[in-house]
Amino acid sequence: MKRRSFIQKSAAAGSLIGLSGVTMSALSLKAKKHITILHTNDVHSHIEPFDKNDPKFPNQGGVARRMTLIENVRKENPNTLLLDAGDIFQGTPYFNFYGGELEFKLMSMLKYDAATLGNHDFDNGIDGLYAQLPHADFQLLTANYDFSNTLMDGHTKPYNVFVKDGVKIGVFGLGIALDGLVNKRLYKETKYLDPVEIATDITQKLRSSENCDLVICLSHLGYDYKDPDRISDIKLASLTSGIDLIIGGHTHTFLEKPTIVQNKDGQFVLVNQVGWAGVNVGRIDFYLDDANNIESQATVIEV
Amino acid sequence: MTSICNKYYWILLLLPLTFLCCKDAGFKPERIKGEQLQVDQNIQENQAIVDYIAPYKKSIDDQMNSILAYAPVSLSKKDSPYNTAIGNMMADAVFEMANPVFTSRTGYPFNAVLLNYGGIRATLNSGNITTKTAYELMPFENEVVVVELSGATMKKLFNYLAQGTAHPIAGMSLILNKDGSIKEHLIQGEPVVDNNTYFIATNDYLQQGGDNMTFLTNPISKLTLDYKVRNVLIDYFKKYDTIAPMRDKRFIKLEQ
Repeated sequence: MKRRSFIQKSAAAGSLIGLSGVTMSALSLKAKKHITILHTNDVHSHIEPFDKNDPKFPNQGGVARRMTLIENVRKENPNTLLLDAGDIFQGTPYFNFYGGELEFKLMSMLKYDAATLGNHDFDNGIDGLYAQLPHADFQLLTANYDFSNTLMDGHTKPYNVFVKDGVKIGVFGLGIALDGLVNKRLYKETKYLDPVEIATDITQKLRSSENCDLVICLSHLGYDYKDPDRISDIKLASLTSGIDLIIGGHTHTFLEKPTIVQNKDGQFVLVNQVGWAGVNVGRIDFYLDDANNIESQATVIEV
Repeated sequence: MTSICNKYYWILLLLPLTFLCCKDAGFKPERIKGEQLQVDQNIQENQAIVDYIAPYKKSIDDQMNSILAYAPVSLSKKDSPYNTAIGNMMADAVFEMANPVFTSRTGYPFNAVLLNYGGIRATLNSGNITTKTAYELMPFENEVVVVELSGATMKKLFNYLAQGTAHPIAGMSLILNKDGSIKEHLIQGEPVVDNNTYFIATNDYLQQGGDNMTFLTNPISKLTLDYKVRNVLIDYFKKYDTIAPMRDKRFIKLEQ
């Protein structure tokens, strides 16, 4: 895999570098921070590895191996967040027999911090999802599903702010339009709200009121579509501002490396997705510096 | 000229802000690195997780491996054009197993079945048929839905089928001329009458316009049976010792 670096400078940085020596020298700068994000999407009840004769993914995946991988990364950097972009359910008999109980229990054992909901997470209906909530020891984040007239009311949050080593990481969730994808009898009175509007409002809130240093969107909208009008992660990235990373799902897209998209303000956003069935785990490392250290206004992206 | 102005502008604006916001300014990424980690055999399994999964796995394996029927020959949806033994079996199973459920609710039977070729998700291998076979053939949770269609809409259905894909059908037949035009289309052995309505069993995926079967999306009436297609197959396999369906003439294209 060929690595590329992208360097982004803010408009103001160039003119202020000369100044920083004067203004900053008297202030003590905060220590540098390292935050690791691990992520999965569309695991689809793939609890065991694929068969060794599987034509596509021989002997790949498996929750027991994922646990080892995650533990190793956490040993290396305890300031790690583990996130999932939805479609946890459906795809193997584990779901058909246990309705998602084992999927949620294992994700809790792996200490997932948060997940968003995919369309298949409604496959046993709102009631079926609700019934598994006691097994989920992690946050379910979704900002654009209005559950107020359903059993799920109050059991999800639009976003959560995680604090790791003093760094505030705002994570919010976005789901796909359910109409036409999921039987209405299953999602019932769940209302789908416009993801761009919601993302704009939430990002604003996370940046201004919650003072987040990083903003991550967990999305089940899908990576990219031929239909230019259809909302996707790539489109969301370009239509919003203030998001650092979009972790996607739904389209089961295998990306060799995260895609870099310019947002509404010309800033870089990373969009990533790691296929499906737990055959890969995505890893994004953020190295952060004191925001007052104007010398570090440039961001280097290595992918 | 403009650039100089901009510089002054930024200095003026940011200088006081820099002091004001020092307490809460927080952190800013200076370097971001992205990579993909493969989950493969080079990673040792966590034993606690393996042990936790074990009883679930055993229970599933026991149930999945229970033998329901026997298949003397292997069947694939690629065996023949227009209609296949495996597709006929699936459509016939829906006709036979779901019709009593529908009749018990309505007092009358449905007339025909339409499934989709893409919905046959695996081959049926010769030998023992187990619960697992049904899961492989039909891994999705789709359930049987019966729609009431006008005679005019039925003609759209036949025109759709005339495109040639071997979508499984039961209770209706379609014969295409050599040039692909429709020679004959019958439902329960009778021609379609425009003023009649017909009850067609399908699955909820297709009813919602899946595979572009848009003629199913606005039926005159609709009844969902709460009967999953997979359970139809399981019940059908339990009912018969031997599963040996045949290709027949329900959907064919004439050679000349």
